[in-house]
Amino acid sequence: MRTLKFLLQKEFKQIFRSKSIIFSIVFAPIIQLILMPLAANYEVKNIYVAFVDHDHSSYSQKLINRVYSSIYFKAAPYSASYDDAMHLIEQNKADIIVEIPQGFEDNLVRESHDKLYLAVNAINGTKAGVGSGYLGSIIRDFNQDIQLQWKQPGHFAEAQTIDVVTNNWYNPYMSYFLFMVPGLMVSLLTGIGAFSASLNIVREKEIGTIEQINVTPIRKYHFLLGKLIPYWCLGMIVFTIGMLVSRLIYGIVPVGSIPLLYGFLAVYLLTLLGAGLLISTYSDTQQQAVSVAFFFVLIFNFISGIFTPIDSMPEWAKVLAYISPISHFAQVMRMVVLKGSGWSDVLPHLGAVFALGVVLNTWAVLNYRKTT
Amino acid sequence: MRDIAIKADKLTKKFDDFVAVDAITFDVHQGEIFGFVGANGAGKTTAMRILCGLSKPTSGSATVAGFDVYKETERIKRNIGYMSQKFSLYDDLTVMENITFYAGIYGLSDKEIKARGESLLSQLGISHEAKTFVSSLPLGWKQKLAFSVAVIHEPKIVFLDEPTGGVDPVTRRQFWDLIYEAADRGITVFVTTHYMDEAEYCNRLTVMVDGRIDALDTPANLKKQFSVDSMDKVFYQLARAAKRSGD
Repeated sequence: MRTLKFLLQKEFKQIFRSKSIIFSIVFAPIIQLILMPLAANYEVKNIYVAFVDHDHSSYSQKLINRVYSSIYFKAAPYSASYDDAMHLIEQNKADIIVEIPQGFEDNLVRESHDKLYLAVNAINGTKAGVGSGYLGSIIRDFNQDIQLQWKQPGHFAEAQTIDVVTNNWYNPYMSYFLFMVPGLMVSLLTGIGAFSASLNIVREKEIGTIEQINVTPIRKYHFLLGKLIPYWCLGMIVFTIGMLVSRLIYGIVPVGSIPLLYGFLAVYLLTLLGAGLLISTYSDTQQQAVSVAFFFVLIFNFISGIFTPIDSMPEWAKVLAYISPISHFAQVMRMVVLKGSGWSDVLPHLGAVFALGVVLNTWAVLNYRKTT
Repeated sequence: MRDIAIKADKLTKKFDDFVAVDAITFDVHQGEIFGFVGANGAGKTTAMRILCGLSKPTSGSATVAGFDVYKETERIKRNIGYMSQKFSLYDDLTVMENITFYAGIYGLSDKEIKARGESLLSQLGISHEAKTFVSSLPLGWKQKLAFSVAVIHEPKIVFLDEPTGGVDPVTRRQFWDLIYEAADRGITVFVTTHYMDEAEYCNRLTVMVDGRIDALDTPANLKKQFSVDSMDKVFYQLARAAKRSGD
């Protein structure tokens, strides 16, 4: 225990003296948490719509006004023909073309139906999908209004439509921040866990001080604990800062228990730091350690469900996601923050992460060689 | 006959086909300053790393402070000090913090740490630098400090791997004063070097060539044996036959 005291004393002194560590551990995450959600926003706005109006009737004008009055759509420069509009798409000045055929109003009035033609620039898939969806629903509304206007009272049977009312549970206003910020916190803590301690150990290898440590009677697990504990504490501090940022800036208050989040995080950090320690025992240089850690963090981040739903991934990716501690933490964060899940809901995830942590840390201790 | 501090018998270390240390046999007595002299790549550092418990030998046997180099490396580590050619103190800790750290992990009590730390600093004449970061000390001071830290727990044996690399002759002389003081306190000193003037300072020494020990005696006897008047010439006679070149 006394050995550990000296190791921790040394480690904390070095951490607090290193400006780059303090920056990358405390300030960089705050800045990321403020900037990332604003930039990596899936909500689609500013979709430029080019109308090619061959009808020039009051109905076509109504439809155009209806679309442009929506906050999602903006007017692209006027184009007289479909070819003109296509040019706009080629120059990236328009995202969607709506072609209104000649005789649109006449056909609507006389024959109660007509066709519109929509052309969507699908280079940006998200924008295309969401944009044409929005546009479709606006046109549907417009369609219903006309029907109500034209149908004679008493002919309700023909105007019947099924109106679907959706209730968004746990995130009633579909706030993107409420969904994304807890996920980004997971991402940040993963980075700290996987990189900080492993880089520190490999740095001692590079400088040569680790050899001096290896000729002392220090026990392997003392040495590794001496590296693990300080960065575990830093992870807890970063999480606290992150929670404050998401409360102050995004107004996110976890519905569930905050101690539960800290409890899960405590285990999560042990597991991630264990992975970092393991990487450090196989690496001789910081470049090696970074590239290996980066490789795993990148892959597991993508399949973690933070950015895309795990359910829509292929089977092999689901297996990886199940093993990965990142996806468990991401789920738990959202479960507790958005839904208010309790200990019993979180327990299976906690078990999976804990088991992996035991494996990784044991492996790291066994693979750490004082004697080669 | 004095006690044996280190005993090696046909100690061998191979890396794949390369025989770094080739069946070396020697004894080092308690309290002796024992030198390992040889060109770069002769196998000095590898031999020393085995004796320190940092590396496992391929064959042969050796004991350090009575402990086996195969099975009892951790017990060896409790009885030795070590200073490598790579600088071993922490640059971002102060002089006193480095002393406290190393003394602490060797299990010294707070009182001992304070007392020995202060006497060490006054012996080196750098008491006023206790709170200076090691990074801002001149190299000569760093080396002397590293040596004093390596023996702060009064080990039975201290291993020095080319400890004076890159320092000027005056500082080297001062460094050897520290080594003599440690030997006077009964600490066995095992030192590798390729400076021949340092070889003269040793009680006994071996010259390593291509992983083998080709000569082992006091500097005076070695000079007599090869009928030359300096260690330099002894070394050239032996090293001329070497097949390996540098590292």
